[in-house]
Amino acid sequence: MTAPAPGSGTGPATGIPPAPGHVANKDRSTAPSGTEGGGEYRWPHKHLLSLEELSVQDIRFLLATARGFEDVSTRSVKKVPALRGKVVVNLFFEDSTRTRASFSLAASRLSADILDFAAAGSSISKGETLADTARNIEAMGVDAIVCRHHLSGAAHQLAGAVKCSIINAGDGQHEHPTQGLLDIYTICRRLGRDTYDLSGVTVAIVGDIAHSRVARSNMHGLLKLGAHVILVGPTTLLPASFADMGCELSNDFDKALPRADVINMLRIQFERIHSQAFPSVREYAHFFGLTAERMKLAKPGVTVMHPGPVNRGLEIESAVADGPNSAILAQVANGLAVRMAVLYLVTHAPSSNDTKA
Amino acid sequence: MRLLADETKVASLIQDLAKAIAGDVGKAPPSEPWALVGIRSRGDIIASRLAKLLPTQAFDGRVGSLDITLYRDDLSEIGPQPVVRTTDIPFDIDGLNIVLVDDVLMSGRSVRAALQSLMDLGRPKRVWLSVLVDRGGRELPIAPEHVALDMSDQNLSRQELVEVRLMPADDRDALLIHKADEPEGGRQ
Repeated sequence: MTAPAPGSGTGPATGIPPAPGHVANKDRSTAPSGTEGGGEYRWPHKHLLSLEELSVQDIRFLLATARGFEDVSTRSVKKVPALRGKVVVNLFFEDSTRTRASFSLAASRLSADILDFAAAGSSISKGETLADTARNIEAMGVDAIVCRHHLSGAAHQLAGAVKCSIINAGDGQHEHPTQGLLDIYTICRRLGRDTYDLSGVTVAIVGDIAHSRVARSNMHGLLKLGAHVILVGPTTLLPASFADMGCELSNDFDKALPRADVINMLRIQFERIHSQAFPSVREYAHFFGLTAERMKLAKPGVTVMHPGPVNRGLEIESAVADGPNSAILAQVANGLAVRMAVLYLVTHAPSSNDTKA
Repeated sequence: MRLLADETKVASLIQDLAKAIAGDVGKAPPSEPWALVGIRSRGDIIASRLAKLLPTQAFDGRVGSLDITLYRDDLSEIGPQPVVRTTDIPFDIDGLNIVLVDDVLMSGRSVRAALQSLMDLGRPKRVWLSVLVDRGGRELPIAPEHVALDMSDQNLSRQELVEVRLMPADDRDALLIHKADEPEGGRQ
């Protein structure tokens, strides 16, 4: 088991090892190591709907690509022409601040044009169906739609209805693939896993597992990359079926905590909890809140993450959220690189026969 | 597949290139600092080897590498997907004289992309283009200042690919020419 060294977040800038297959003036570089088939790899997905449908190779390629995008945000001209002339639409049926802003900024750093559609005040409130809305937007000539919806499966439905790329920015309780990817990217960077292999790493995901699309995306990705995943929460918020996927379930945070290399604290989603899942907020905070006191049980170099927005004092104490182990702000910065990589890859994916005209 | 240059010949080609570059940077007044920038993923290796062979005056060992994937105009072409790598230029290029290094010059499209990428990073005072091999076949008005091996008069067809292999990216140093549809024997 590898304990992360404190400060290992600034890992070596080696990225990925050089690959064979170099032909002068034709193909400058090829797929990263750890991908089967050597230089013949091509990102195959026109849509990003879930991490469940991605292969290990897909995930590693995407994360390696994100690494290349990281430095765009630190240069004097924070823009590259990779998506020049393409149009990206934000179609959000649910509140979002950081995901929406992150996608907008990622698209503009790639020189794409961005169109923002908010559900409130649009024709959706006049009774138009999701597919009709999307087809109408598509008719304006867009290349990718970033969609967030309160219903699970909305992104899949859209992908079947339109010809452009669909990126799932969160659908109900199903998945939030870019959040999962940026969490995994943050873990790899923090632990110096330059080949995006998480064997021997234990990640605890704590909180409202049942309602969390972030937890589902994290789970699928982490398990594929070889990590051990412990899901921690009250039984009412911890579906037993996740044990079948290969996760360990626990109701005792204090027992799981000392074994974790990474702790991902989830937000309590009051808007999705309709039954009485736990007796009181105070009781929840007592058993599952990450306090400075509880942090004494953790490994010294443990990485603390939170997808935001943070309920300070509930699932995490301010001293921990702002402390030296926290990677919360790094997650936000990495989210930009990961979303640039996603936009870049899906819009350059080969179009299948029945899609792009 | 035909071997154009073995390890020893590649080393002497890089020395020739260093000599040609030294002629130019030597002419620049000492007050004009300069740097080497190599285009990934072979130009950067050549740049770091050149750094050891060049005079240190006004140079200070500034070597950077440039990834041009995001600036290419042929992204939609079929083939293995280019990996976006990091651009690593750990110095401010404003006002610098830049020696832009690449392995093989053909269409000139990589160089065009590299120039655009450089301009987005800052405003170099001037840019020289130094290549190991010029194999002809230009599609853009781009001309190198320094060439170690000039094959531009040999009328190579588009199917004939000149390939530079360099350690540590490859298992050995070599300069090869092969047909595009030829099986790539010997490549690891």
